[in-house]
Amino acid sequence: MHGRIRTWGPGALVLLPTVLLLGYFVYGLIAWSFNTSLTDRHTARKGPADYVGLENYTNLFGEERFLNSLKNLGVLTVAFIVGTLIFGLLWALLLEKGVPGESVFRSVFLFPMAISMIASGVVWGWLLNPSQGDEARGLNRLFSILQLNFLENSWWTAGSRWTTMMSIALPAVWQLSGYIMALFLAGFRGIPPELREAARVDGASEFKLYRHVLFPQLSPIALSALIILGHMSLKLFDLIYAITGPNQFRTEVPSIYMWNTLLRSDQAKAAAIAIVMLAVVAVLVIPYVAYTVRQESNE
Amino acid sequence: MRGGLSRTVAVLSAAGLLAVSACGNSDDGGSGDSAASKDVTVFTWWADGGEKAGLDGLVSTFGTECKDFKFVNSAVAGGAGANAKQVLANDLSSGNPPSTFQAHAGAELGDYIKAGQVDDVSGLYKEFGLDKAFPQSLIDNLTVDGKIYSIPANVHRANVVWANPAVLKKANIDGTTAPATVDAWIADMDKLKAAGVKAPLAISKGFAQEMLVEAVLLAELGADKFTGLWKNETDWAGADVTAALDKYKKLLSYTNSDREAIDWPDALGYVNKGQAGYTLMGDWVAAQQLADKVPDSAYTYWPAPGTAGNFQYLADSFTQPTGGKNPDGAKCWLKVVGSAEGQKAFNTKKGSIPARSDAQPSDYPKYQQAAMADWAKDKIVPSCAHGAACSLGQNNDILSAISQFSGSQDVAKLQSALGAAMKTS
Repeated sequence: MHGRIRTWGPGALVLLPTVLLLGYFVYGLIAWSFNTSLTDRHTARKGPADYVGLENYTNLFGEERFLNSLKNLGVLTVAFIVGTLIFGLLWALLLEKGVPGESVFRSVFLFPMAISMIASGVVWGWLLNPSQGDEARGLNRLFSILQLNFLENSWWTAGSRWTTMMSIALPAVWQLSGYIMALFLAGFRGIPPELREAARVDGASEFKLYRHVLFPQLSPIALSALIILGHMSLKLFDLIYAITGPNQFRTEVPSIYMWNTLLRSDQAKAAAIAIVMLAVVAVLVIPYVAYTVRQESNE
Repeated sequence: MRGGLSRTVAVLSAAGLLAVSACGNSDDGGSGDSAASKDVTVFTWWADGGEKAGLDGLVSTFGTECKDFKFVNSAVAGGAGANAKQVLANDLSSGNPPSTFQAHAGAELGDYIKAGQVDDVSGLYKEFGLDKAFPQSLIDNLTVDGKIYSIPANVHRANVVWANPAVLKKANIDGTTAPATVDAWIADMDKLKAAGVKAPLAISKGFAQEMLVEAVLLAELGADKFTGLWKNETDWAGADVTAALDKYKKLLSYTNSDREAIDWPDALGYVNKGQAGYTLMGDWVAAQQLADKVPDSAYTYWPAPGTAGNFQYLADSFTQPTGGKNPDGAKCWLKVVGSAEGQKAFNTKKGSIPARSDAQPSDYPKYQQAAMADWAKDKIVPSCAHGAACSLGQNNDILSAISQFSGSQDVAKLQSALGAAMKTS
């Protein structure tokens, strides 16, 4: 008996603070938010609130503004993930082939990640100025100087949901591609050189080497990248807020809508939006966690 | 080898997650400790520019009038209080209110009243003689169920058009007089377009568009029906509202294409540089023009077309929060805010006009003198964009509907969204 405590006791003791803190500040508060989302606490007034069941949720899903924010989020997530993966992989491939001054390029590509999103959002807000022709500013100005006038566009301020949210995804892609590049580069470097040599000895072309030998080994990294990018996109707030400001219907995503709702002290509705966001993230993360756990137990 | 790979991935993933979570840090509200009972914490969003200068003026008056107390600045920067209101909401809901806080006078206070976070100060109006000093129409606008919850420090006018006479001259338009109606204004803009001014009306994002909607509604519906809109006494679904919104849509077609991406000083810049003929913005523009050293001859101003004789007001005011720290000190602050000396010290610097009707016009710059004369004789109507007529929540919904309209141009949808917004709290 005594011996058994000795084996698991110290471990449990070390874990205990984490379990308590996480239990309260993460899971406890999630439960609290969920509880609030079931009430009619629509003002900042203190005191008891009545339970209204799922009314806040049914109201949300019957609301054009919320559905619009969800659709915006979907488009943003797709554009952001695809863009970031393409650029990240492309840069990793280029650096992996070996360029002079590789470390310089690596830093250059990684640096945007070091900038806070609110700061880059302010600057991108200027760059994405929709003026065209003689008054063009920002990127449109650059296009007109380079005689690429056909590329000038109104960015997020006009056009379909896709053009709008792709313009918003652009700064996020710029910011995170370097990070994905670093992930893939680490992946390439982790593949034993013997494998490449063996493939070359067997007469594989360069394309086949990548297609059949190297890329399959990168799939765990691609999956991690997907999860990280996915949940970042779902939580994206500061970048969009800095570029377009609050109450901008065209670019509103649930996180911004939640902030707006909280600003008007509608706590129950804000909590409901938060829980919907959590559910969307969970859809992404839980299969990943399950997959990882299964992988580990297989090993 | 495999271990090395997955470790690298794990470290990089962790770095990514840290970077993400670092974005989520929020401010704790920055409330100081309440050890010294002399401290009067004054919460505002006046952190720089003319606003800060105005606050400094108030503080110096406070220093001489209220020697027993010490002013503690608790300002949170950010345009129109966007950040400050969030910080304030945190402080109030955690039971840690400042001694007094700034809020737009009128309906915007409704949220705080409903939440039981501010006290009735109508007793102070009698005590300080403010019920005589402020115009009756303003007091009527501020009164909620027979009670008044704040003391206004200043008054701004929202329905003002700022014009560049040199640009208007290109189309032989006299810049010194306002077009009589919105239709006449539109006709002038057609002339300007024909004279080569591509976007005669400069406008910026968010509340600037809301102010233009309000100015058109005020012009087309008249003061009484307009005021009724915000009390749900005028029907939002009415044909007259549709007609007014159609004119707003027409006006938007004369505006700059980057309207969703710029702020009001940029729109004003378009007018000053001669790219545009007009911009509609509140009279804080006057202080901005003085600060930018734009000569008087380079711009003219008049009430938005069709709204002459109406003074669409907004006011910054101070409250007495329920359970606030040092209520005696707060009372002294409120006394200074409402006093003739305090209002002079504040408004001559901020570029607004005093809410009191007994102020000396000669103490003020040129624009303010004209505004004070109008304040005394015009009909006073509230502004939704700046909280006199709408609560934060209503304003939030209206801004969202207007930004949607900027892209979709769907009048029927805008009209129903505006009506729906005013039905929420």
